[in-house]
Amino acid sequence: MELENPSLPTDTAIVTKLDEAIGWARESSLWPMIFGTACCAIEFMSVAASKYDISRFGAEVVRFAPKQADLMIVAGTITYKQGPILKQIYDQMCEPKWVISMGACACSGGFYDNYSTMQGIDEIIPVDMYVGGCPPRPEALLEALLSLQRDLRENRYNPSRHKDFKGRLDNV
Amino acid sequence: MSEYIIVLSSTLHSFISNKYNEGYDYLLDITAIDYSEYENTHEDQYAVIYMIRHNDFKKVIVIKSYLPSLEIDTITDIFSGANWLEREVYDQYGIKFKNHPNLRRVLNHREFQGHPLRKSYPITKGQFLHEVDDLVDEMNYKLYSKDVVCTLEDGSFSDCNKDLMFLNIGPAHPASHGTIRTYVALDGETIEAAVTEIGYLHRGFEKSCENHTYNQIVPYTDRLNYCSAISNNIAYVKTVEEMLGVDITPRAKAIRVMLLELSRIEDHLVCLAAILVDMGALTNYWYIYNPREDIYELLSKLTGARLTNSYMRVGGMANDLYDGFEADLERVLVKVKEGIDEALSLIKHNRIFHDRTQNIGIIDAKDAINASLTGPNLRASGVAFDMRKDTPYYGYENYEFDVVVGSVGDIYDRVMVRFEEITQSISIIKQVMQNLPNGDINIKDASIVLPAKDAVYNTIEGVMNQFKLIIDGVKVPSNEYYSSIEATNGELGFFIVSDGSGTPYKVKVKAPSFTAIAAYPDIIEGSQLADCILTLGSLNIIAGEMDR
Repeated sequence: MELENPSLPTDTAIVTKLDEAIGWARESSLWPMIFGTACCAIEFMSVAASKYDISRFGAEVVRFAPKQADLMIVAGTITYKQGPILKQIYDQMCEPKWVISMGACACSGGFYDNYSTMQGIDEIIPVDMYVGGCPPRPEALLEALLSLQRDLRENRYNPSRHKDFKGRLDNV
Repeated sequence: MSEYIIVLSSTLHSFISNKYNEGYDYLLDITAIDYSEYENTHEDQYAVIYMIRHNDFKKVIVIKSYLPSLEIDTITDIFSGANWLEREVYDQYGIKFKNHPNLRRVLNHREFQGHPLRKSYPITKGQFLHEVDDLVDEMNYKLYSKDVVCTLEDGSFSDCNKDLMFLNIGPAHPASHGTIRTYVALDGETIEAAVTEIGYLHRGFEKSCENHTYNQIVPYTDRLNYCSAISNNIAYVKTVEEMLGVDITPRAKAIRVMLLELSRIEDHLVCLAAILVDMGALTNYWYIYNPREDIYELLSKLTGARLTNSYMRVGGMANDLYDGFEADLERVLVKVKEGIDEALSLIKHNRIFHDRTQNIGIIDAKDAINASLTGPNLRASGVAFDMRKDTPYYGYENYEFDVVVGSVGDIYDRVMVRFEEITQSISIIKQVMQNLPNGDINIKDASIVLPAKDAVYNTIEGVMNQFKLIIDGVKVPSNEYYSSIEATNGELGFFIVSDGSGTPYKVKVKAPSFTAIAAYPDIIEGSQLADCILTLGSLNIIAGEMDR
């Protein structure tokens, strides 16, 4: 995608290196935005606190403003009432952006198979990484973060990966 | 323990009003029952239930009234705390309260069709919300009642004497826990009027309970107040055990007391850590959160989970303490003490902390009782109501501890009450561990407690016993029963309707956070915008328990 910029040289060898450089830069400068609603948000507090310490992995600049962040961590149950808010905040984040769905509820509704709980946030927004558990241990979330960073380092970032995604709230 | 009265719906208001004058002035909960699938149905399909506590804090009355039509008089003129409770009944059952000031949905969203706790509503029928409520009309009525806006001829509103700015705080706001939305009208920095909207974490706990056996509900209770899961487990299984009429073993009682107090410490720690971060005191967060990690470690060694422990079972608990638990516990308690001492040394004589918390977010004793506040929030207002003293259970009368009360009912009192309660809890835990009885942790009753694994693998009776208990659940005789404990946030009660099967017919949680958030808009009106964040933090609203 960097090739589309006409001011860059067209030599492929240099482009690969540029990709690598960008991947390296992205890897270590993820700014998470925590969308925490329930129990998983308490476990996220543990991830941020001194024992598990997310700053060891270069992702400690937790922002609550979507426009400043590029990694959304959805931690907790998303209900139908919460749906439009999640969608609005996701839309406000600038590209490139990633979403980690933390915990059983965000992934699939968990054991709340009922009238008020959305059966997974991927009904309304695209998700890049799912973390199981109810709630997942802090190590599990850190593993998801590290996997995402590894993908970025190895240039597996595909900006059009969610091109065909259509959420349940997209047509309104 | 509680008195059960049935009254005619037409006389309900005057009956409650008389009871109020007799001293029943502390409303606990309001709910309804849909009898359409109950074994012996009454001719009226719905009944409403009121639970009210006497001002001696010992007696509780449960008032039930069958409804010939889906309408009943409101009691908001007697109890301000009834406002949101009645809204919830309207939302979940579609029962209208005549003369209610603001009868609209509270948990479900505005596009929701139907009333989910009616038996006719299918549990999995979800409904998408497309656009959130703007709350403008609710705010207008609030401003109108304060004479800040006037009505125009066409019925719309306009500013009449103030230049107001409107602001949404939350739900996606770091201090509002992602689930509380407060819409405020600001005159400069002062909050002129506030409207709070909840329900963003309403995940259908009560409907799910009606579809699971008694023991299967234990994991759901974990996720009510997820900062202190075990205390919810205990409140729930205690109610079921009382309905079954069983008395658990002395060892189980002592372990439950110990874990209840450990939960209290755990919960207060996270509340204090969070409110101090909201105040900008980040260092305290590290000091206070570290001992919480130590508690997690201890609990995961004991129960297998850090946060959602699911440790209690009807009739006892999952397993006994492990070898060396006592030494681990002692180490954790030392660290907790160190943590809170360090945090206190930073704030105790800190001028900024005092200025930001003292005489701010005040609720006095009378209002606090009328709004049904409970637990540390109520005690901070100077009301010495603690169920551990007033209606002791599990042998709390044998332990020495103080009930911590505040004097003003401001943010400072609510924070300091929690700090001191941690110290008291440490002392209770030490007393329990000194006299921990030996013996079994589970009662001996094959119709309630699962058989030993040895019997399950080697005898046909054991297999059948296990199978029946898992598939059918513990059979609880028909009853309607309310029971509660002093949980971390205050009186946490369960009202269970059983029909003799292994699945409850109805479960209602009396959630301390629900009434606290209902009182919140009134507390913050008139204070500064920045103070409303601290007020929210000091009330320790846990969304899982508030929205259920």
